Amino acid sequence: MSEPVSEAVVWLILGLPVASFVLITVLYPVLRRHPAPAGWIAMLTIGGSLGISVWLLMEAIGTAGRPLGFETHELVDVGSLLITIGIRLDGLTAVMMMVVTAVSFVVQVYSTSYMHGDRGYARYFAYMSLFTAAMLGLVMVDNLVVLFAFWELVGLASYLLIGFWFHKPEAAAAAKKAFLVTRAGDLGLLAALIFIWVRADTLDIATINTEIVGAVELGLLGQTTLTLFAVGLVAGAVGKSAQFPLHIWLPDAMEGPTPVSALIHAATMVVAGVYLLGRFFPVLEASATASDLIAWIGVGTALGAGLIAVVQTDIKRVLAYSTISQIGFMMFALGTGAYAAALFHLMTHAFFKALLFLGAGSVNHATSTFDMRRMGGLRAAMPVTYLTFVIGALSLSGVIPLAGFWSKDEILIEAWDHQRAIFALGLIASGLTALYMFRAIILTFHGSYRGGGQPEPGGHGGDPAHPHESPWAMRGVLALLAVPAVAAGFLTFGGEFQTWVLGALPHPEEGHFVFDLGVFLASTIIVAAGIGAAVAVYQLRLIDVAALRTGALRPVHSALESKLFMDVLVEDWLVRRFFHGGLVKTLARVDEQGVDRALDRVWHASFEAGRWGRLVQNGQVQTMAVVLVAGGVVVWGAVVIFWA
Amino acid sequence: MGEGFPILSILVFLPLAGALLIALLPGERMPWPAAVVRVLPGDQQAHAKWIALAIALATLVIALVLFILFDRSDSGFQFTDTFLWVSAQDVGFDISYAFGVDGLSMPLVLLTGLLTTIAVLISWRIDMRPKEYFAWLLVLETSVLGVFTSLDLIFFFIFWELELLPMFFLISVWGSGRRSYSAMKFVLFTFFGSAFMLVGFLVMGVVAGTFDMREIQESALVGAVLPVPAIFAFIFLAFGIKLPVIPVHTWLPDAHTDAPTAASVMLAGVLLKMGGYGILRLLFTLMPETAAAADVALAILAAVSIIYGAVITVRQTDLKRLVAYSSVSHMGFVLLGVAGLGVVGMSGAAMQLVTHGLITGMLFVVVGMIYDRTHTRQISAMRGLAHYLPLLSAMMVFAGLAGLGLPALAGFVSEVTVFLGAFGRHEPQTAVALFGVLLAAGYVLWALQRSVFGPRDERWRELKDARAWWEFLPLGALVSLIVLLGVYPSVVLDVLELGVRPIADGIAAVQPDIVESEALGVARLRSGG
Repeated sequence: MSEPVSEAVVWLILGLPVASFVLITVLYPVLRRHPAPAGWIAMLTIGGSLGISVWLLMEAIGTAGRPLGFETHELVDVGSLLITIGIRLDGLTAVMMMVVTAVSFVVQVYSTSYMHGDRGYARYFAYMSLFTAAMLGLVMVDNLVVLFAFWELVGLASYLLIGFWFHKPEAAAAAKKAFLVTRAGDLGLLAALIFIWVRADTLDIATINTEIVGAVELGLLGQTTLTLFAVGLVAGAVGKSAQFPLHIWLPDAMEGPTPVSALIHAATMVVAGVYLLGRFFPVLEASATASDLIAWIGVGTALGAGLIAVVQTDIKRVLAYSTISQIGFMMFALGTGAYAAALFHLMTHAFFKALLFLGAGSVNHATSTFDMRRMGGLRAAMPVTYLTFVIGALSLSGVIPLAGFWSKDEILIEAWDHQRAIFALGLIASGLTALYMFRAIILTFHGSYRGGGQPEPGGHGGDPAHPHESPWAMRGVLALLAVPAVAAGFLTFGGEFQTWVLGALPHPEEGHFVFDLGVFLASTIIVAAGIGAAVAVYQLRLIDVAALRTGALRPVHSALESKLFMDVLVEDWLVRRFFHGGLVKTLARVDEQGVDRALDRVWHASFEAGRWGRLVQNGQVQTMAVVLVAGGVVVWGAVVIFWA
Repeated sequence: MGEGFPILSILVFLPLAGALLIALLPGERMPWPAAVVRVLPGDQQAHAKWIALAIALATLVIALVLFILFDRSDSGFQFTDTFLWVSAQDVGFDISYAFGVDGLSMPLVLLTGLLTTIAVLISWRIDMRPKEYFAWLLVLETSVLGVFTSLDLIFFFIFWELELLPMFFLISVWGSGRRSYSAMKFVLFTFFGSAFMLVGFLVMGVVAGTFDMREIQESALVGAVLPVPAIFAFIFLAFGIKLPVIPVHTWLPDAHTDAPTAASVMLAGVLLKMGGYGILRLLFTLMPETAAAADVALAILAAVSIIYGAVITVRQTDLKRLVAYSSVSHMGFVLLGVAGLGVVGMSGAAMQLVTHGLITGMLFVVVGMIYDRTHTRQISAMRGLAHYLPLLSAMMVFAGLAGLGLPALAGFVSEVTVFLGAFGRHEPQTAVALFGVLLAAGYVLWALQRSVFGPRDERWRELKDARAWWEFLPLGALVSLIVLLGVYPSVVLDVLELGVRPIADGIAAVQPDIVESEALGVARLRSGG
């Protein structure tokens, strides 16, 4: 056996990016003018965290993912309220830390090149460090309140990064929207933690997963309590992970720099919801209502977002809807009991989605646009980007033997065993995945070049009229990410990955490899159909797209283009009309013209009364005595009448 | 500091002495004999602010020393300073000169010392009648410290009323907009409440035979001219106006908006706290039965204040008014916490008094600094300030985020503690109040989006960012404290708990069914062990 893990070393994983954030903030006056060290600080600290994470993962493998015991520390102790902060290190945390630090590290490397010359270079790396730190804190703490705190800090960092180019009104608006929409979900999580504390007097995650779930089974605590708690968790996860109906913030979040999107979509933010439900899987399992809820939300989101992705013209938006859809897969996996499969898909998705986003960034670097209608034919000019993007797309589509195949296949097998309807919808969604990804590849890299965007003043990259391959730091990162996108599936062959994450559950079992020939054939056929359809329509042009758009499918197309009306519903109706136009306006009128004016009238009246009252104050003792007695009688009488 | 050393009297009256000293400085049109008292050479007007700063700092240091010396195992009053002032036993009552601090008032005293110092610093450029201005600020400090430390109802009342005077002048002379209207409105609202409060005090004092709170607490208030619920209602009216609660809040936006920046900081930072403090110190301590019986009504009032205040805040177009209205919502959390009737809820409420003082104080400081530069507070007239005022904009974003209850910053701790402490007893009210958190995010982020962010605006090209020492110091102190209380709340929360525990015990004695969280026998089990 190796030596026990020192607690300080584990905290260092969180401490390093925090230090990076603090250091860059403190040195900001200097770094604003000489920004290069900011990138190095972020890269080195997060690289350090990655190193420790890999080592801890090895440790966790050694103990089959069982939790390593650490002391917890008192943070707040008031009356019956005890909030502690400590480390929960088990297979699940170890995997999450590895994924977060690995993706974050390569994104930092890529960013030193992508953000080169940006006015906010130093600020960017401060925010990125904060983002990484918040996510790391979220996956490693043992207390629900502290988890919630990091959960909100993840939201803060994404707010700052989505609105990074705050001079663009769309960016400022998108940042606000992201924060508000996710916070609407966070209310659910906040309510859940308040509720469980009041009902069960604990905020300790392990206690909730074991004793509280056990207490419900023994009938010491009502099933309703557990269900309400679980539904609150689901609400939080739905907001953070951009699931229907709170998915609307994610496509707008594209306003941030592209490496930010890579981080949001792959390793931080959206996977936080999956982690949360994975962390509380025993609770979810014990509540059929919450399980069904998240299963149906997940599969509905997977399908709906897949459909919307097919009509997007912006390459980043295609990827954004793809993320929503893939997270939907993870969610319905959790809802159907496929805990290990969901987390396996989380990991493989992190690698290939980071790859795809950074590939899109590389394309943008060359063309100054994200609009696929202005791209095309980039295959020749950008061979590395093209090749790695295709690898990412194949993995995402679930083509055997790439990583994405194994994780998605496992989800579908479990769904088949549990709930056939969800399996069917999931299968369709995976066909759509292949369709929209290959549509994007063909529009971007095939055909002939359509001119790119306007060169940005002081922006990134070179002349969009003559696209070129990106610098080595960006190419290198793409090549590096392609490796796990191809090969990460091998972790499932001996059931190793499953064993690690199952070790985090109260009743761990040995992981094992699952394969089902029928599911394999079904998914391969539908993926092939998706790719085939994309090639037929967009490459070979056997069907005229424009005719489809204006012909029989027009209502479908316009519904999809308006994102199934969700933005209209929420922004126009709920926020603008109901909230601002209705509630706020009415209450403001009540306040100004009702309450304020009425009270003003009271004191004006008292001045008037004073004018009359002065008549009584004529200096005669007799008058005073009369008034005094009369007043006393009135007050005393009133009191006796009202309180007697 | 041995028994009998009147440290609290010194603390309370030091600012008043400073105010007198400043008032004695010769003015511009002083006749020639005044030259005799011209002790300090040079510009007499400029000395005022230095004296004010020295006095405010000295008061702050004393408060800090007391906070450090404060015995964190003693839940009673410490550093007490008592002697009998009026003994009128033949007509049935005593009035004593009595000061003391406990866990509840100690942090508030420190907060007052801090915010007064900050108020002096941010007024460094006041050039209109500076002597009077700084003298009034110090008088204000004495009156607030007096309220937080008085142990006798009569002295409490005197300090409570004394506060009106400086505030009236600060608003009506150095204010802006409809300043005389707002100053008058502020005074009339407070007076209205005070009149009822005085009746309540007198009734209690006469029946108990003393005005000393510690002794009234022992007395059952039997046989008073007014029934106890009536006394409670009378006094609550005064504290409710001060806090404020809906619907007697309308003085607040006007007074805050038209007051000079330093007065707004004091008003939001410490004066509102007197309402919350009074509810805990007097209503809940002296009349526990009535308080326990009124909990549902208080919680409803709290939920209404939180939501109503937040919704109205969304609509504000003046940045300062926006911050003012957000206070209505945030002070609702105080009421919600105390309505929980337990240690957790009351500690949260007390914590909210402290954190809101820091956060809203900082918001007013930043808005004031921005106003000094842009000469507008209209949100629609600002945009893209971050391009030309990066530091102030960053401070604005920081204070705004603290205001919406972001974790790792002070406000989060108090809000979560209040929710935890109130939910067990008031499920629907707390559930409704939760939406206040979402609304707060809405109005803060929307305001930031429109004022700080957005494209460059050439009008602001010439503006200079904060760079004077008297701007850096307040901002630096507030940022550090807001972060400190966010990541290590125990430093204050434990002291506050010490203060509210006897109050909660008093309530529990008459209302034994108070359970904030239901232990299942699995409580407090820790992981990993």
